[in-house]
Amino acid sequence: MSKQIKDFRGTPLRESDFQEGKVLYVHDALRGEYAWDTGIAIGHYLASLKKGVILGARCDHCRKIVVPPRTVCEWCFRPLTEYVPLQDTGTVNTFSICYVTWDVKRVEKPEIPAVIEIDGASPGHGILHKLGEVNPEDVTIGMRVQAVWKPAEEREGAITDILYWRPLKEVEKR
Amino acid sequence: MSERVAIVGVGWAGFRPSTPHQSYKELMYEAAVRAYADAGVDPRSDIETFVTVAEDFHEGTSIFDEYTPDQLGGALKPVHTIGGDGLHGLATGYMLVRTGQFSLVTVEAHSKASNILTLPYITAYAQDPVLNRPLRLNPEYIAGLEMHRYLYETDTPPEQCAAVVVKNKRNALLNPLASFAADLTLDEVLSGPPVAWPLGRHEIAPLVDGAVVMVLASEERARLLTNKPVWIRGIGWCNGSASLESRDWADALHIREAARIAYRQAGIRDPFQEIDFAEVDDTYAFKELQHLEALGICLPGEAGLLTEQGATEPDGEFPVNVSGGSLGVGHLLDGTGLARALEVVLQLRGEAGPRQLEDVEVGLVQSWRGVPTTSGVVAVLSN
Amino acid sequence: MGMRKVAVVGAGMTKFVRRAQETGKELSWEAVRMALDSCEMTIDNIEAVCMGTAPDAFDGLHMKAEYLSDGAGAWLKPYMRSYVGGGTGIFAPIQGWYHVASGLFDTCLVVCEEKMSSFYPHAQAAFLTIFDHTTERALKPNLLWIFALEMNRYMHTYGVRKEDIARVSVLHKRNAADHPCALLGEPDITVEDVLNSEVLAWPVQRYDVSPVSDGAVAIILAAEHVARRITDKPVWIEGVGWCLDTAYWTNRDLCYPRYVEVAARMAYEMAGITEPRKQIDIAEPYDPFDYKALHHLEGLQLADRGQAVQLYIDGTAARTGNMPVCPSGGLLGVGNPIAAAGLMKIAELFWQLRGEAGARQVPGNPRRGVAQAWGDLMQVGTVVVMGR
Repeated sequence: MSKQIKDFRGTPLRESDFQEGKVLYVHDALRGEYAWDTGIAIGHYLASLKKGVILGARCDHCRKIVVPPRTVCEWCFRPLTEYVPLQDTGTVNTFSICYVTWDVKRVEKPEIPAVIEIDGASPGHGILHKLGEVNPEDVTIGMRVQAVWKPAEEREGAITDILYWRPLKEVEKR
Repeated sequence: MSERVAIVGVGWAGFRPSTPHQSYKELMYEAAVRAYADAGVDPRSDIETFVTVAEDFHEGTSIFDEYTPDQLGGALKPVHTIGGDGLHGLATGYMLVRTGQFSLVTVEAHSKASNILTLPYITAYAQDPVLNRPLRLNPEYIAGLEMHRYLYETDTPPEQCAAVVVKNKRNALLNPLASFAADLTLDEVLSGPPVAWPLGRHEIAPLVDGAVVMVLASEERARLLTNKPVWIRGIGWCNGSASLESRDWADALHIREAARIAYRQAGIRDPFQEIDFAEVDDTYAFKELQHLEALGICLPGEAGLLTEQGATEPDGEFPVNVSGGSLGVGHLLDGTGLARALEVVLQLRGEAGPRQLEDVEVGLVQSWRGVPTTSGVVAVLSN
Repeated sequence: MGMRKVAVVGAGMTKFVRRAQETGKELSWEAVRMALDSCEMTIDNIEAVCMGTAPDAFDGLHMKAEYLSDGAGAWLKPYMRSYVGGGTGIFAPIQGWYHVASGLFDTCLVVCEEKMSSFYPHAQAAFLTIFDHTTERALKPNLLWIFALEMNRYMHTYGVRKEDIARVSVLHKRNAADHPCALLGEPDITVEDVLNSEVLAWPVQRYDVSPVSDGAVAIILAAEHVARRITDKPVWIEGVGWCLDTAYWTNRDLCYPRYVEVAARMAYEMAGITEPRKQIDIAEPYDPFDYKALHHLEGLQLADRGQAVQLYIDGTAARTGNMPVCPSGGLLGVGNPIAAAGLMKIAELFWQLRGEAGARQVPGNPRRGVAQAWGDLMQVGTVVVMGR
């Protein structure tokens, strides 16, 4: 059948077709605004970030500590009610060196997003954040890093209260 | 194949104009825990597949299905999301059980309407972006157009629409889940400010947050789990014309067709005689009348009269929206149909408390996806 | 009572193009019309319609499927939209399968449409809103991040080299040169071309990535007794599987897609497949990025962990090999209008198993194929096994 069909439909356009007015279009910018209730678990997480502490939650049933905290353990479906402060150090689980922004603008100085396993949480449990104060070529999986916080008075209870994570220097290791 | 499918567990949470103490995940979790306790099942070991219902723009999150599994106990299991009304989810669960591949299914739908700051804009974004949206009209105008044409073609006076509001808000007085119960007079409803004339403000269901979870089972599992199964006897769904330019403005053809499908499955020939009560979409007061006619409960133009005469009151011949409907309980966006099915389940189990109807065996539930859609679901449930 | 058998009896698709003049409704209708024509059916023969389309954000349309319904042929019919992110294109046929297998319908039209070009200035920006609104979105994450993070973890864990991963892109884009609907078929592309392409988010480079596109695909499903009346070459849906892992993706090891494994095992069990490497003749794993095809071949149990690249090195994956991989050209070559790209793989298996794939035909009368898609936050696997 595929071989019998000669005429597949679909008409490609070029950017110039729009610029030269060969095709008409309607432009509209959306106004979607939301104020999401953070609820109990993430509410605590954000309040804790404001104090400069990363919060996890313990599941006694599965014997592990997860981050960010949540109301229910997704593996045993038991409620998680105990929140535990974690350390603000961790290990790079994986990273990228990214030369384009979220809306695909090219940047000279790349961003370095990473999954960082947080010290105090169970192995393999991390969060998404960015690395800084490091040459991209020096980043490795397994690298030890430490959070760089905003000054206390500027924190607002958001994930961006941590500016980025920088390599943990040997002397600083606990 | 498992021919018969039952609802064996129901749970709910929220049902209030705002729920600031809970995230949407926590709202879903609370409803899920209740439903699983009600059904006597453990989601991790017993539930085989999960169906959720959500629309991205209502959540403020793209591909929202991402965030559904954990709080339902569905992580690393077959989970999927339907872009529809809660009853579309129920229909999906029904089909999944009937394939014979699954004997226990979770269905979930919810609303966090209070978190959407620009809902009128969002609703308007469902209109055709080229033909309709540039007119920048409040989306309720479509409801006003439909209402006017419905009143015109069926000779229904506006007072009969207002009677729906009076009835439903009064019914809601007996429903602890209702947020908008009131004892209003016909005059008070009619003297409310118009929004999209002839549609007045009291005739529009206000929004609430809430979550509903149901557990569906094959006949074999249902018999083991409960002595009060509620059977899905038939369920039909249908889309009419997507376009505003080519639709029937007076008649809900999509509901007519959805009802035909559901009645055929359920073996129902005369719905007024064979069905004991109904929970019918009343997002706008006139919709209850229009939908009753499309459901074949009466002929076009008769639903208003029936309402005026009290036939759809809780003690009438065919009680409609004993729960208080969306006008009395509040509208749960995509969760509305499932919230109304919840009432039918409670009534059929005899667990509806002070608003319990006597001797009910067959209930009808119907949903509509709101303006500008012509999309709806009809289900027949029985005990 | 046994399960109802469900067959694919017709398929159609539009070209996959960067930016189509046709609206989403029109693309849908073109694909539907071709699918109906292919099996000499009319829209009146269709009892229900399933729609697969990825996020509404692309089109800036709330309840996008409602808008698309008339284009998809759903007027006054039961119509429903399912979605599981990028997995949608293989989920929609699963949705069609349960419509028919449930006994409620004898025929079902499945349509997948995507018009990514409407988003201005670039479709990728629409993906910002897939991240958690409270814990991640404030970091302004880029869609490429998650692929780069996963690819890096995969390479690190198993010691897979970038120059080997590039072979995937080369094979798929070369295969696509034979597909009349392909956007990026390149018969002469080499590993060097891939490795020398622009670095987007290391380790991801331009040619590791499939192109955003517009397009639509439709297939028609029928119950056994109807399918046998429509065609003497039905292609059966032998098994289906799907699985959604936890949304807490930073709490899992990204090196292996266990959700694909769970979905594949479900589909294989239904299909009675015990030794997938022997019993599957053609694989169409999801390949929005080149390493993803490898990742998914491993999840599908068609290669050991970290070893899928060997299939490309030793020629097994070639169209003339023992188990051709993405003979269509895949997303990397044909294009990636998200949901439509997944359903394109189902259409490809339909044509391949009927011996109708033209220049792309896999030799040796293949009997069984598997198609798979993936999506969300590296989280969902959808799998369909088809056979004659």
